[in-house]
Amino acid sequence: MPRRKVLGKDRLIWIYIQMIRIREFEEHVKRTFLEHPGAMRGHTHLADGAEASIVGALATRDTGDFVMPSYRCHGQPIVLGTSPRKMMAELYGRKDGLCKGFGGSMHLADPEHLFPGTSAIVGQSIAHAAGAALTAQVKNTGQIVYCFFGDGSSKQGAFFETLNLAAIWKLPVVFILENNEYQAYTHVGLEDANAQAGDPLSQKSAAFSIPGATVDGTDPLLVYNAVAKAAERARAGLGPSLIESKFYRFSAHGNAITVPPIPTQFPEHEAIGVYGNKVEYRAAKERDPIPRFRARLLSQNILKEGELQRIDDNARMEMDDAVQFALASPHPAPEEATNYVYA
Amino acid sequence: MSKEMMYGEAMAAAITEEMQRDADVVFYGQNMAMTERDPMLKMFGRNRVRIAPISETAEIGVAVGAAITGLRPIVELWMSEFMLVAMDQVLNEAPRLRYMSGGQVKVPLVLKAGYGFAAGWGGQHSNCLYHTMMGIPGLKVALPSTPADAKGLMAAAIRDNNPVVYLHHYMLTLDTGEVPDGEHLVPLGVADIKRAGSDVTIVATGWMVKKSLAAAEQLAREGISAEVIDPRTLAPLDVETIVKSVKKTGRLVLVDQAPRHSSAAAVIAAEVAEKGFDHLRAPVVMVTALDAPVPYGEPLENYLLPNEDKIAQAVRSVVGERVRASA
Repeated sequence: MPRRKVLGKDRLIWIYIQMIRIREFEEHVKRTFLEHPGAMRGHTHLADGAEASIVGALATRDTGDFVMPSYRCHGQPIVLGTSPRKMMAELYGRKDGLCKGFGGSMHLADPEHLFPGTSAIVGQSIAHAAGAALTAQVKNTGQIVYCFFGDGSSKQGAFFETLNLAAIWKLPVVFILENNEYQAYTHVGLEDANAQAGDPLSQKSAAFSIPGATVDGTDPLLVYNAVAKAAERARAGLGPSLIESKFYRFSAHGNAITVPPIPTQFPEHEAIGVYGNKVEYRAAKERDPIPRFRARLLSQNILKEGELQRIDDNARMEMDDAVQFALASPHPAPEEATNYVYA
Repeated sequence: MSKEMMYGEAMAAAITEEMQRDADVVFYGQNMAMTERDPMLKMFGRNRVRIAPISETAEIGVAVGAAITGLRPIVELWMSEFMLVAMDQVLNEAPRLRYMSGGQVKVPLVLKAGYGFAAGWGGQHSNCLYHTMMGIPGLKVALPSTPADAKGLMAAAIRDNNPVVYLHHYMLTLDTGEVPDGEHLVPLGVADIKRAGSDVTIVATGWMVKKSLAAAEQLAREGISAEVIDPRTLAPLDVETIVKSVKKTGRLVLVDQAPRHSSAAAVIAAEVAEKGFDHLRAPVVMVTALDAPVPYGEPLENYLLPNEDKIAQAVRSVVGERVRASA
């Protein structure tokens, strides 16, 4: 039997707080491209739209469990308790960054908070997540692993190889396929056999004889229920499950790829910028998980408008502060570049 | 105390001893520990000794994830070419994660693979791919040439806190030699002078060390004294020991089973050109495989690869008349 069936009031509030914190962080990152051009280099990928999916999934987590996101990795650490100051400073390449300026947006890592790192090569971190699960299994720690990856990743060999291996070894891992409908710039229907046939992507689980489920990833409580079941199974030593969480990413895949000195910023979402489909984008925005969950808390008298406003303000101020912290942090000394090559 | 062991046995002994010493060491790969009779399985159980599917990306990627979270995995890959289907994990994951995290994680794992199988395995199973790996910062590459080194380098690789590609040479598997009992560690990054000499420095790895030693024996009968150095690891590369030898001998012959431009020899030649140029009395000569894939037929394969005679001939060409005259 699942241990958590009903979420208490405090937990629902916690979910909302984490969702709005992620959104505010990402809004601040996005604004950086306009307000502090050049402060962030390379490629940055945002989790706006994924908040309900991330927080709903991690609401099932026990304190010691590992979390392994892909390179779209800003949302999960915020939930884990990683300092947004350090995260922002890392995005700015500063000395006080989470990875001392060596990683950047795509390579956040905070092992202290059970987030051991990422890969920015599509799908490869799925295998790393199974590896963390192997550690938990061999050492018999009772930990499980939450492995997040995009729909695009589910076409990588690493996905198929790892799910098969995780299934035969019964590794304690929950595979959370974040289907945001676009792999980078290409619509999922153009590159996924299941999607093209009108089937859910969770159908891939059948290939490995493991449970699979598709869930509305814009509702944190539906995600919670689906992931809780998968997490229970993993904890019970029965092996992995595949959860397809469907939501819509509100920003483009990443900031525009430009060559210096041309400044970069976020372009229009691909639905509009590539496919000219404003209707699709607008419909998705109307289903924005944050105002919907906010309205639910209000209508169920869990929080009053004033209390919600305070939560929103706090999240905004926390991320304002993170930006100020990042801007004030020094750049690493150039000669540090040869540190950390070997342990 | 030591005893005579085969190269293959020595390597396995190191794995067994390290697994006895450290419960964090796990060992898995394809087509291993398949029945309950397997001695490793009997000793360590299914939790630490596992069968993996034919999925190198998953096998190596899982090792990376396990390593950053507290295990010391050894992946049995059997043949170095099988790593090619998982090169992202080998070159772009394992050696990068520590650096990208600003030193927060370490990646202690061993990728064990045989290479250079010059016994009719043809174009896709006989290769030497270390050049691709030795230049990747964060990765270490060990390639033993003797049973003692096979044990000592394996033990050191398992204890090392970095990803190590451990390449054992298939043609040396049955070679025997004295191997120290119990704990025997060969530090990664320290070359070994396998034969001391004064007229020429020969640098070789793996099977080529054996061939170079045979050539040195032949040359000694002609009055040419060759020093044979085995770097034992290509990353880190002990350039200092090689340059020091070149300062003494003034001549350098590099023997490598890989084709010329994908050889370790090419890298060593560049290092010596920069750091030992003033001491060279003759051009550096590389004795490598010819620039073709490895052929199947025996005469073809023999023609392509370096051998004792080619090495001896190269040495004679750089030593010239001077040594022979003074001999």
